[in-house]
Amino acid sequence: MYQEQGVLQEDLDNIQIENISPIKWIMGFINKTFVIAELEVRKLKHDPTELLTRAAQPALWMLVFGEVFTRVRAIPTGSMSYLDFMAPGILAQSVLFVAIFYGISIIWERDLGIVHKFLASPIPRGSIVLGKALSAGVRAVSQAIIIYFLSLLLHVSLSWEPYNLVGILFVVIISAALFSTFSLIIACIVKTRERFMGIGQVLTMPLFFASNAIYPIAMMPNWLKAIAHFNPLTYEVDALRAFMINGGTSLYGLAFDFGALLLSMIILTVIATALYPSVAR
Amino acid sequence: MKILELNNLTKRFGEFTAVNSISYSINKGEIFGLVGPNGAGKTTTIKILTTLLPATSGKASIGGCDVTRNASKVRRIIGYVPQLLSADGNLTGYENLLVFAKLYDIPSKEREKRIIDSLHFMGLSDSAKKLVKSYSGGMIRRLEIAQAVLHKPLVLFLDEPTVGLDPVARETVWEYIRVLAKGGTTVLMTTHYMEEADAICTRIAIMNKGNIAAIGSPLELKESIGDADATLNKVFEYYIGKLLESEEPEGNFKDVSRTRRVARRLG
Repeated sequence: MYQEQGVLQEDLDNIQIENISPIKWIMGFINKTFVIAELEVRKLKHDPTELLTRAAQPALWMLVFGEVFTRVRAIPTGSMSYLDFMAPGILAQSVLFVAIFYGISIIWERDLGIVHKFLASPIPRGSIVLGKALSAGVRAVSQAIIIYFLSLLLHVSLSWEPYNLVGILFVVIISAALFSTFSLIIACIVKTRERFMGIGQVLTMPLFFASNAIYPIAMMPNWLKAIAHFNPLTYEVDALRAFMINGGTSLYGLAFDFGALLLSMIILTVIATALYPSVAR
Repeated sequence: MKILELNNLTKRFGEFTAVNSISYSINKGEIFGLVGPNGAGKTTTIKILTTLLPATSGKASIGGCDVTRNASKVRRIIGYVPQLLSADGNLTGYENLLVFAKLYDIPSKEREKRIIDSLHFMGLSDSAKKLVKSYSGGMIRRLEIAQAVLHKPLVLFLDEPTVGLDPVARETVWEYIRVLAKGGTTVLMTTHYMEEADAICTRIAIMNKGNIAAIGSPLELKESIGDADATLNKVFEYYIGKLLESEEPEGNFKDVSRTRRVARRLG
């Protein structure tokens, strides 16, 4: 009996996992996060059509809504033209659209058994959540490129300063990660495709309209102002406006914008990590 | 050598007892089969052992590691192929294995060789660069098994490994499972097919309503009903009181729609 146990222990000791240092754990965590993101990006590479179809809606907003409201001058945007004001808002919108339905993939993966396989593996749960969020970020960057292209066509006064472009990259990735994690949380709670689609539709509208995306918050009634200030999209748009447009400024300060986005991201990631295992039950 | 031990393992969902204080142990290199009607507690047992579901009471350990208290270690030493189709259709066979090799920390020097060997072993070398979407059901199952044993687990869990496969594909999967077990991998599988349990399992536990109705090698089970030449179907009928094949699906709507979806994808 003892000998049996001994042989077994030897087998187990070959798998070095006991007593790993925190630094090693964090390195492993980051590594796994990137592998999960890599997996998603590889899938996207095999079938990128989704990215183009997703771009249709923001394109229509810019071409139709944007062009019309630029002419009627119904919305006070100060020294900026309305189209300049709106372009960052539409970028934020397309990031939101890419991210907010992302959670449905979890429901598919649950039905296919992929979630079960991940959960029975040693990948940290947080890595799965963050890796997926990161890949939503990659999707969102492709949308940003399309919006920039449209903005060029419509003569939006774009800034091409390298540090502004890097800023855009960060804001877009963090925001997509944030909203996709939010979407993942909803998927973990509702658990079926039908309910998820319904709730996704219901959430997109208020998130988009209770923000500074297509009109300044100053125009809003007080109760809506209060809501807009708790909406991460507001800070995303605020930062995008400063980075994207020549002469654009941030209303709340870029540090505050980034702080608000990162804080929401961390809170949502913690919640999603806790909820994710319940999908398989 | 005992690899897997269950001790009064119990799982309740509210009032319903899915697994009722079951105890047994499985030795290294065994192919252990769990059979029983729908709702017998087979999948629940596997979910507990693969750390997906916490047990209500009792203990289970794999390689001496408790599945609840030492879950992260257990996850390193098991491989799991869920009943549903879990390979990623939008990736190639090679990529499916590559991602798992990375997730299981297989050193990058060894990775390439292990993946190629494993594709070769499973007879998938020619389709390695094709999208899994284009694979047949049998090929997908083999790929999933390859994925689950890439890190050389002590115990491999297979939930209905041949559901929806044609007889030829089924035989091929059996052969791979036998070879893996010969190489020292312990296999715990559930199945609905009595001839499958008879063909490859070294021991079988017949579960019914969360309890173990009978346990033993196929021959022992047959002898236990006084007829060494009986089919396992007969044995099953004796212990459960009805035939498995004639049974209507008892699962709820969700289970049925999932099974049908799997069957459809396997085409």
